[in-house]
Amino acid sequence: MADVTSMVSRAGWRRVMKPGGRILFGGGILGLLLIAAIFAPLLAPHDPLEQDLMVSYLPPFWSAETDGLYPLGTDSLGRDILSRLLYGARVALTVAVVAALLAGLLGTLLGLLAGYFGGWVDTVISRAVDIWMAFPPVLLSIVLVALIGTGLHAVIFAIVIIDWTRFCRVVRAEVMVQREQDYVASAVTVGLSRWRTLFVEILPNVAPLLLVLFSLEMGIAVIVEAILSFVGLSVSSDMPTWGGLIQEGRLYVHQAWWLMVLPMACIILTVLGLNALGDGLREKLDPVMRR
Amino acid sequence: MSGVFLARRLLLAIPTLLGVVLIVFVLMRVVPGDPIAMMTGLNATPADIERLRALHGFDQSIFTQFVFYLENILQGDFGTSITRRQPVADLVLSRLPATLELSVAAMIFAIIIGVFLATAATLWRGRVAERMADGFSALGLAIPDFLWGLIFILVLGVMLPILPISGRIDPRLGFEGKSGLYLVESFFTGQFAAFLSVAEHMILPAAALALPLAAIIARVLKSSLGDAMRQDYVLLARVKGFSRARIVTRDALRNALVPTVTLTAVQFTFLVGGTVLVERIFGYPGLGNMAIEAVVNRDLPLIQGIVITFAVIFIALNIAIDMTYALLDPRLRHG
Repeated sequence: MADVTSMVSRAGWRRVMKPGGRILFGGGILGLLLIAAIFAPLLAPHDPLEQDLMVSYLPPFWSAETDGLYPLGTDSLGRDILSRLLYGARVALTVAVVAALLAGLLGTLLGLLAGYFGGWVDTVISRAVDIWMAFPPVLLSIVLVALIGTGLHAVIFAIVIIDWTRFCRVVRAEVMVQREQDYVASAVTVGLSRWRTLFVEILPNVAPLLLVLFSLEMGIAVIVEAILSFVGLSVSSDMPTWGGLIQEGRLYVHQAWWLMVLPMACIILTVLGLNALGDGLREKLDPVMRR
Repeated sequence: MSGVFLARRLLLAIPTLLGVVLIVFVLMRVVPGDPIAMMTGLNATPADIERLRALHGFDQSIFTQFVFYLENILQGDFGTSITRRQPVADLVLSRLPATLELSVAAMIFAIIIGVFLATAATLWRGRVAERMADGFSALGLAIPDFLWGLIFILVLGVMLPILPISGRIDPRLGFEGKSGLYLVESFFTGQFAAFLSVAEHMILPAAALALPLAAIIARVLKSSLGDAMRQDYVLLARVKGFSRARIVTRDALRNALVPTVTLTAVQFTFLVGGTVLVERIFGYPGLGNMAIEAVVNRDLPLIQGIVITFAVIFIALNIAIDMTYALLDPRLRHG
């Protein structure tokens, strides 16, 4: 699978943007997301939960009927869309970073162990990965959250429980390659313990790969969070999320299409940026592909 | 293909399947709330609950319960749906054909779009066409299937209402499918009005499922077409004076297809997984739609049945993929 992913990214982005450009584009979007999430209370013109039925369904700034107080318009209850999107960025970014980090930690640890020790350790871990891969991820995340209860923790937990395999598979394969390298043999000859060899010698060589996987996983986490809040299973309804906004907007798609399109644009732009960042990093960090 | 390889591959699937059932079993046991209380409702006496508990084996040890559960599943008994009061197995089987038909249609879409994009980009390398194909691939990968679905609903259902955005067939036609495979059945029984209606209803959800896969196919096929175009036989064909179009579509494409075929097979499982949400969005009466309903209603037996069904489909697909690999690469058969 690893070679498939690299084939996929190699063929597509190269002509659209150079690696440096991709990193800049992706990093820029990530930066904007960070600013939006951190400074949401300062940037938001309104309280995202404040309702005002006198101003419901106001169109965004490009329409003549806008009054300027609500740059991206209002929803059915007169809540400000821009403010809701900014606060939604907080949820998206929190889930993306925390879930990707934890999934990465768990998957990397298991991948390192399976790849380095082989034998029964590898058998047990690989079998677990096989079993995990037999579940459809979207359905499993929905079922998990439905069972353990909604909320930010549950969403993050579900993503970690499902997506650690992505890291595990790639890291395991990479460690199996690294294990055969001369520097590992030297480390063993010098008398380094197996754990030291694994974490001090091999891990740094896997790190660039982890950075790439991490940025791709953040994009996946954003989508999964959106799916869960779209189905109504994410955080509570008084916290605006992009997926929740899409779900609400879908109900009024005949009267006010932008209610659905604006949060969708946020998700698509974020994922596009994170994918570009991951692909750009992969090419920059991989000496074979750089040549 | 050797029977030994097939047998070994099938044997390997057994522990995976056992693991799946074990995980589903554990998941359902950690759920807060008493499944028996959910079955009985409010006016059950404690004696009733005790009797049901014994009947369903809940008074046994957890290990005995698992064995009991496994035995039932092996006999095709997935229990009774709490909300619909029907056997889960019947419910799942009634919805499965709709999901399979949609998935296969989506895969065909994905292959057509993906192959078209890759061939066009290779034929007009360095021109606008290539940039467009590449840009589309990037977009196809960044937009998940359910967002494509919503985009289609907005553009082709609401703004330019030319295609139906909900259901599987126009109910006014009064079509009664016997097999569940409406598209196939209506075609072969000559009910063309029904056939057209089913096809029309399938276009948008199938396209939504297809686009992300089409993007992946386009990228991989383009990359292997690029490799193929540097081979000697392409040079020879050029020297012989064949047109570039003919070389790309006849010679290079045939040789570049193998990696794409195996990749498409692997990705097909993700497409099947995507039906859950896409069916929900389009109100398509398949297994995925029923899964979300079951989750919303906390219908545990139905959820279990659907999750295990999806897992069995995934495992079966993976076996089929390994078989294809073995057919294409003789080294694996004896490995």
